[in-house]
Amino acid sequence: MVPALKLVVQRVALGLLLLFLVSVLIFAGTQILPGDVAQSILGQSATPEALANLRAELGLNEPAVTRYLDWLFGALQGDLGTALTNGASISESLGRRLGNTMFLAFWAAVVAVPLAIFLGLLAVRYRDRWPDKLISGVTLASISIPEFLIGYVLMYFVGVKLGLAPSVAMINDTMSLGQKLHAIALPVAVLTLVVLAHMMRMTRAAILNVMQSAYIETAELKGLSMFTIIWRHAFPNSIAPIVNVVMLNLAYLVVGVVVVEVVFTYPGMGQYLVDHVSKRDVPVVQACGLVFAAVYIGLNMIADIVSILSNPRLRHPK
Amino acid sequence: MSEPRDSLLKVRDLRIGATVYPPGEKPHEIEIVHGVSFDLEPGRVLGLIGESGAGKSTIGLASMAYGRGGVKITGGEVRVNGRDILKTSLSDLRRLRGGEVTYVSQSAAASFNPAKPIMEQVTEAAVRHGKFTRKQAEDRAVGLFRKLGLPNPETIGKRYPHQVSGGQLQRCMTALALCPEPDLVVFDEPTTALDVTTQIDVLMAIKEAIRDTGVAAIYITHDLAVVAQVSDDIMVLKLGDMVEYGTTDQIINNPQEEYTQALVSVRSIRHEEKQPTDTPLLQVENVTARYKGTKFDVLKDVNVELHPGQTLAVVGESGSGKSTLARVITGLLPPGAGRIVFDGHELTPDLATRPRDDLRELQMIYQMADVAMNPRQTVGTIIGRPLEFYFGLRGAEKRRRVQELLDEIEMGEGFIDRYPAELSGGQKQRVCIARALAAKPKLIICDEVTSALDPLVADGILKLLLNLQKIEDVAYLFITHDLATVRAIADSIAVMYQGQVVRYGTKSEVLSPPFDDYTDLLLSSVPEMRLGWLEDVIASRRMESAGN
Amino acid sequence: MTKNIPIAAAIGLFFTALYFLMAILAPWIAPYGMAEVVGGVWEPPSAEHLIGTDNIGRDLLTRMIYGGRTTIFIATAATVLSFTTGSVLGFLAAVMGGWVDQVMSRFVDLLMSIPSLIFALVVLSVMPVTVPVLIVVMGLLDSTRVYRLARAVAVDINVMDYVEAAKLRGEGRIWIIFREILPNALSPLVAEMGLRFIFMVLFVSTLSFLGLGVQPPAADWGGIVKENKDGIVYGIGAALWPAVAIATLAISVNLVADWVLNRTTSLKGGRG
Repeated sequence: MVPALKLVVQRVALGLLLLFLVSVLIFAGTQILPGDVAQSILGQSATPEALANLRAELGLNEPAVTRYLDWLFGALQGDLGTALTNGASISESLGRRLGNTMFLAFWAAVVAVPLAIFLGLLAVRYRDRWPDKLISGVTLASISIPEFLIGYVLMYFVGVKLGLAPSVAMINDTMSLGQKLHAIALPVAVLTLVVLAHMMRMTRAAILNVMQSAYIETAELKGLSMFTIIWRHAFPNSIAPIVNVVMLNLAYLVVGVVVVEVVFTYPGMGQYLVDHVSKRDVPVVQACGLVFAAVYIGLNMIADIVSILSNPRLRHPK
Repeated sequence: MSEPRDSLLKVRDLRIGATVYPPGEKPHEIEIVHGVSFDLEPGRVLGLIGESGAGKSTIGLASMAYGRGGVKITGGEVRVNGRDILKTSLSDLRRLRGGEVTYVSQSAAASFNPAKPIMEQVTEAAVRHGKFTRKQAEDRAVGLFRKLGLPNPETIGKRYPHQVSGGQLQRCMTALALCPEPDLVVFDEPTTALDVTTQIDVLMAIKEAIRDTGVAAIYITHDLAVVAQVSDDIMVLKLGDMVEYGTTDQIINNPQEEYTQALVSVRSIRHEEKQPTDTPLLQVENVTARYKGTKFDVLKDVNVELHPGQTLAVVGESGSGKSTLARVITGLLPPGAGRIVFDGHELTPDLATRPRDDLRELQMIYQMADVAMNPRQTVGTIIGRPLEFYFGLRGAEKRRRVQELLDEIEMGEGFIDRYPAELSGGQKQRVCIARALAAKPKLIICDEVTSALDPLVADGILKLLLNLQKIEDVAYLFITHDLATVRAIADSIAVMYQGQVVRYGTKSEVLSPPFDDYTDLLLSSVPEMRLGWLEDVIASRRMESAGN
Repeated sequence: MTKNIPIAAAIGLFFTALYFLMAILAPWIAPYGMAEVVGGVWEPPSAEHLIGTDNIGRDLLTRMIYGGRTTIFIATAATVLSFTTGSVLGFLAAVMGGWVDQVMSRFVDLLMSIPSLIFALVVLSVMPVTVPVLIVVMGLLDSTRVYRLARAVAVDINVMDYVEAAKLRGEGRIWIIFREILPNALSPLVAEMGLRFIFMVLFVSTLSFLGLGVQPPAADWGGIVKENKDGIVYGIGAALWPAVAIATLAISVNLVADWVLNRTTSLKGGRG
C-alpha cells in the first residue's frame, strides 16, 4: 500500500495547493483588473468624496496583499465578509443556498449516474447496432444545445403544454420531501440530460477500452460465460475509468447548475452568483467563485484518488 | 480412453474472411485463408510457419472456433474429438475453449488480467469447467510452475502479473494453458517477444511440458529454426494458402517448394571479413553515459573502433545499452565522460554544436521505418531534403539525383511521388537507406534495421546494405540483437551486456572460443536451423552445470 | 480527393455556409431593421412576420438573423484568438520543453481547475461588459484547452523518429515546427477548431442569457431567449427559436469537423 498511499497524500496536497492558488487567482482577478469596485457601486455620477469614503470603508486603500490575507483568513474561519448590496452576512446566505444547490445536484446525480452507466453498457452490448447509434445521435444533439435552452424546451413542452411539472422550481423549508421533489422535477430532468450524454459516451468508451484488452480475449478463450467475463475480468478494471467519468461529469454538473437555477428561478448558489455579478457585488462573487472552484477541484481530486487506489501496480508494488 | 485413435483435430477446406477498413472506402470483406486442410493426432505437435499475413494465428484460433476482431470463419469444417465445432452450440464451444483446447498468446503481459493474482487466473478455466476442485487445480498449478522452472513455485501464484518478469509470465501462461489438462494447446508465437537468452529457457520449458503431459499442440511462429525444435510436423503458409506440409525433418532437410527453400536458407548470407586498417574512422574512447534524472550509467567505459568501409556490429539484448551508444555517437545524448573521435577529429558532445559536415557524414537508419519518415512527405521530398540541405540541389537536378538513389536501392521508377503509407515494410526501409545515402556519409548507424521485417525481406535489406558498402565505401555501425545478422555482415563485433562491452574484436576472434560466460550463453542460445539443436544445448548446459 | 463528399458532411457544409452567409449579409437579408418595432407583442407567425414578433413587437426573424450575426461574429473571433494563443504556446512548450513548458503547463492546469463559466463570471463582475472584453475573456479562457491539445499532439510528434532524423540532419527549429510537426498536427487541431467554435457559440449564448454577454438593444441568440423567456409560461414559444438555430449550427459544424478529421487521417493511410 505504501506507494499508493504516498501518491494519495501527494494528490491531496496538490488539491489543497490548487485551492490556495485558485483563491489567489480569484482575488487577483477581481482586484487587479481595470475596474473600480467603488466606482461600479456608486455609478459614474458619484462625487469624489463619496468614492473616497466608500473606498476607505471597503478597505480598498490597504495594500492588495493585506486585503487578500484578511479575506483568506476570514474564509478559513467561515467568514466570507458582507455583501456590498445589502450588508448581509455572505456566509449565512450562502450556506442556505449551498444546501439547496446540493439538494438539486444530488437528485440530478441520483437519476443521471445509474441511467448513464446503464445506457453506456447498453451501447457497448449493442455496439454498432441501432441502440448504439440512437444513443450516439441523441448525444450529439444534446451537446449541441446549451443547458438553458434545454430548460426552456422542457418547460414549454412538459411544463406548459402538458402541465406535468411546475415551470418554476420554488422550494422552502416547510415543504415535504415529496413536494420538493415535485418542484425540482424539471431542473433535475434538464441537468440529467446535460450530463447524461457525456457520461454515457465516456462510459461506453471506458468499457469498450477494457473489453478490447487481450486479457478479455484470454477469458473468452477459457470458455467463460459473458457474465463471468464481465463480472470477474472487465468490471474490476472498469471501476477506475467509470468513477473517473462520473466525477468529471459531477464537476460539469456544478457548472450546469448555475444556468439551470436561473432558468427555473431556483433559490440556489447559481442564481445568487449571477444576481450579484450583475450587481457587481464583488465579495459575493469571490465567495461563490471560491465555493464552486472548491467543489470542482474536490471532485477532480476524488477521481484521481480512485484511479490511484484501484491501480493494481500501485496497490501491489514489486 | 476407449475411443478409436482418430484425429484429435481435423481441419478441412478452412476458409476465413475478415472485414477490412481501407481509409476513404467502405469497409468490405476479404478472404484471408483460402481452404486449408490438415490433421493433428493426439500427442503430436504441428508447427505453423509463415511471414506476417500468412494467416497462421487465424488458423490457430480457428481450432477454438474463435475469430479475432472482424475475423469470421466462412467455410469448411473444423473437427475436434470428432465433432464439428463450427456448427456446435455456444455452450458446447465454451466447454471446448479452456477445457479441450487452450491458448498461449505472444504477449503474456497483456493476456493476464492486471487486477488479479496469477494463481486465480491459472486455475480459473479448470475450476469453472468442473475439471478439478480449486484445491486440486492449485496443486496442479504448483506442479506445473515447478516443471516449467519458475522460481518459488509454491508462492509465485500469489503474485500479480506485473510483479514477475516477462519470461516468467510467459511460462505462467503456459501453465494456465496446461492446467485444465487439455487435449490440444495452441501456442501463438510464445517466445517472439522475449530476448534470445530468455527464449531458450521458455522454449525448453514448453518442449518438456509438452513431452511430459502428452498434450497435442499447434505451435505458431515466423521463425523456422524455433519451430524445428519443438514440432513433429510443419505446415508452411503464405498469404492464406498452404505452401508445403510435411514432417519437420522433410521440411528442414529436404524442402520441395521454392518458398520453403528460401525460408530454410534465410540468414545464410556470408561475407568475407575485412582486416582493420591503420586509421580508424570512428573511435569511441572511455565513454560513460546516463540519462537525465536517472542515477545509474547506461554505458560504462565503452571503447570501440570502426574502420572505413567496414561494419562494426554492436550486439546485445534489451537493456544492454547498445542503442544508447548510437545516441551518444550521434550527439543526441552527450556522454558523461569520454570522447568520440570521427575521421581524425573529436566530435563535440552535443548535436547542436556540430558543424554541418559532421552531421552529413554521420547518418542514421532506424528500426521502425514507418515512424522514421514523415507521413505527409513524398518519397521524393524525403530523399530530396538532404540533397537540398547539404548540397543545395534543387529542381530537376535534385529529382534526377533522387531517381538515381532510388535505382541504387533497387526501387526504380514510379516511387518518387508516393507517400510512405503506400509502400511495403521493406520498401520503406529502402527509402530510409536512400535518405541516408543521399548525404554521402562516411558512416551510417543502423539501429535494428531488420528487426521489424519478415526474414526474407530482412535478407533483402542486408544484401542491399552489403552491396552499397562495396559501391559507396561507407562504414556501418550495426546495432542488433540478432546474432545471425551479425554473422552475415560484420567485420568486427562488440558484445554488450548491462552497459559494458564484454567482448570486442574481429568477427573471427569474437566468434571463436574461448568464450566468456555471457558470449557463450548468447551464442549458444541462438536457435539453429537443424533438428535436435535444442536437445544438444540442453544436454551440454546440464553437463556443464554438473561439471561445476 | 474531394470528389466524393459524404452526404452527412455535405449537409453540414451547406448549413454551416448558410449560417455564415446570413451572418455576413444580415442587413440585406433581414426583412426589417434590427431594433425596429413593427407589430404587437408576441404576434403569431404570419405572412409579414414569418416566425412572429418578440416581446416588444420587433420582427423575430430579423432579430434572429442579426442575433446570428452577433453570436457567430463573437464566437469566430474568440475561436481565432483561442486558437492562435493556444496552439502557438502549446507548440512552443512542446518543442522547447524544460522550464518554459513546466511554467506554462502548470499555469494552464491552474486556470483549468476553475470551471470557465465561473471564472468568466468572476472576471465580468469587475470588467465592463462589452464585445471586445467578451471576446478576449472567452478566447483566453478557452485557449487553455487548445494549449493542452496542441502541446499533447506536438509532444507525440516530437518524439517520432522522423523528427529526430531532422534534428540529426541539422534542421533548425523553424523547419521542425512548420515542416515536420505542423502538417501532422493539423488534422486533430482542425477538428478541435470545430468543437471549440461550437463551445464558443454555447458560451456566448449562455453569458447573454444570464445578462452578462451582449447588451440590448443589440440582438444575439442568448439575448433573444432572455427577452422572450417570460412568454414560455403563457405557451408562447418565441424563446425557443434560438434553440433550433444553435442546434442546427452546432450539429452542422460537428459534421464538417468529423469529415475533416476522417479525410485528413485517411491521407496517412494512402491517397484513395
